[in-house]
Amino acid sequence: MELYQHTVQEIGEMLARREVTAREVLASSAERIGRVENKIQAFITLTLEEAEKTARDLEARDEIGGLAGIPCGIKDNLCTRGVRTTCASEMLENFVPPYDATAVKRLKSAGAVVVGKLNMDEFAMGSSTENSGFFPTHNPWDLTRVPGGSSGGAAAAVAAGEVYYALASDTGGSIRQPASFCGVVGMKPTYGLVSRFGLVAFASSLDQVGPITRTVTDCALVMNAICGHDSMDSTSLKVPVPDYTKDIQEGIKGLRIGFPREYFQKGVDRGVKDTIMEALFKFEELGAVVEETSLPHSEYALPTYYIIAPSEASSNLARFDGVRYGYRDRYAQDTAEMFSSTRARGFGPEVIRRVMLGTYALSSGYYEAYYLKALKVRRLIKEDFDRAFEQYDILISPTTTSTAFRIGEKAEDLLTMYMLDMLTIPVSLAGIPSISIPGGFLNNLPVGLQLMGPPLSERTLLKAAYAFEQATGYHLRTPVLEVYGT
Amino acid sequence: MALTIEEVEHVARLARLSLTAQEKEMYAEQLSSILHLFEMLDLLPTDGVEPLAHVLPLFNVIRADEAGPSLPRDEAMANAALTEDGQFKVPKII
Repeated sequence: MELYQHTVQEIGEMLARREVTAREVLASSAERIGRVENKIQAFITLTLEEAEKTARDLEARDEIGGLAGIPCGIKDNLCTRGVRTTCASEMLENFVPPYDATAVKRLKSAGAVVVGKLNMDEFAMGSSTENSGFFPTHNPWDLTRVPGGSSGGAAAAVAAGEVYYALASDTGGSIRQPASFCGVVGMKPTYGLVSRFGLVAFASSLDQVGPITRTVTDCALVMNAICGHDSMDSTSLKVPVPDYTKDIQEGIKGLRIGFPREYFQKGVDRGVKDTIMEALFKFEELGAVVEETSLPHSEYALPTYYIIAPSEASSNLARFDGVRYGYRDRYAQDTAEMFSSTRARGFGPEVIRRVMLGTYALSSGYYEAYYLKALKVRRLIKEDFDRAFEQYDILISPTTTSTAFRIGEKAEDLLTMYMLDMLTIPVSLAGIPSISIPGGFLNNLPVGLQLMGPPLSERTLLKAAYAFEQATGYHLRTPVLEVYGT
Repeated sequence: MALTIEEVEHVARLARLSLTAQEKEMYAEQLSSILHLFEMLDLLPTDGVEPLAHVLPLFNVIRADEAGPSLPRDEAMANAALTEDGQFKVPKII
């Protein structure tokens, strides 16, 4: 077994016991990147030289533990001081932030070794990473398929063993959906639990930072480092942060699990449904009480999201005007032309589409019909969850409607692409936490299992996810990227 | 509901996006198909439902009005396309 194949937990213990050095660990990851990155194309920017320096500095420390010395990747919409942060957009191709995002800063002070910035759909708008302004990323399980999105680079890099874990962001499923497609673990924490400071804003009432890892325990370890109040984010929660690894092995005897019937209906592949139903039997075997339940407004979540998220985006992305940072059309004759041509050239088509959609929904005469209506439906969706959690500790569903599709297969069909997120969007609108873990395999492609809980139930979700992971061992299956011999 | 080219032009003007004739046609068609998806919301009665702008019970987060350290001017301006004498430079406005 090579070093890069270990989990965060294992390599952390090996580092703490001084069985390996931070530079040996980094060398293994760097070598892995060298061997597979040309196939995966997960990284927009590699920072191996700085990583080497961080690793060397760590070795001088008397003690090393936790995440210290462990290589990770950062989605390219999280600001990294001195390292360009592009959002996979030509608009920010040369943007070098003067500060770290709070979540990045916390990882760095825990001793994380950042090896690079990861590909994504431009400004996190998309479900396949095909909307990257630079190049698509390939799914390690089948290189002809998409890794999901928008955090496709993050999920693919973790699945391919290029990094031990990644930091990403989720607005309507952007952590959970690629985690599902790539057979890894992805958590969207409760809204407000992780600071959004330094995350390039897409839809501020929905955006949340979270980890992508290979195991549930690793997810808990990264959560320990990134959660907690931050005065730089006015929506940051002032709540105590528990040790998420504590009692993770406690088991789930008596846990009340509901599965919402709307998440197993039309639009969800039969094979995916069957796989998740089978997973529910496994939860019963483990001692949980599993029952069917209903979230009656689920079908309205998709249109609601596609009004609210683009509306917020149209406002957030107004800052890209060519003046203070980002691309600028230098040939424009006056300021009005400079704004308009800078934005039309700097943004890709999906970003323009959503900015236009949001501008329309917020424009005079349409505000009430679209935006205000969507906010009302958002409350109904949240209340569905509130009611369900009076009866159940957690809810379980598929993460996605299908397994990973082929690159180019859905690129032409906007609405089909949007509908891919119909199972992850309701959670985002309700602001509740959710985790996607490997729930089985179909034709050698991973199927994601989504666990959802009430606000701040991350520990319960991690416990349930851990119990399932240990009972099935699905996390031990890894994609084959290299053929040895001959 | 279908968007007309004039409506697309209006929205593009509000969003400060200069589009070609071809792009206007493309977005008119694509945005119309997305707006069609929104129509199902009309069927859902929402009378008396309070809009939910934010999932957290947070109101007016205020901190003490104390000056903290700021970014040095040159660092704050380092990403600008054009600057002059420590200021952002834009085309002539008047």
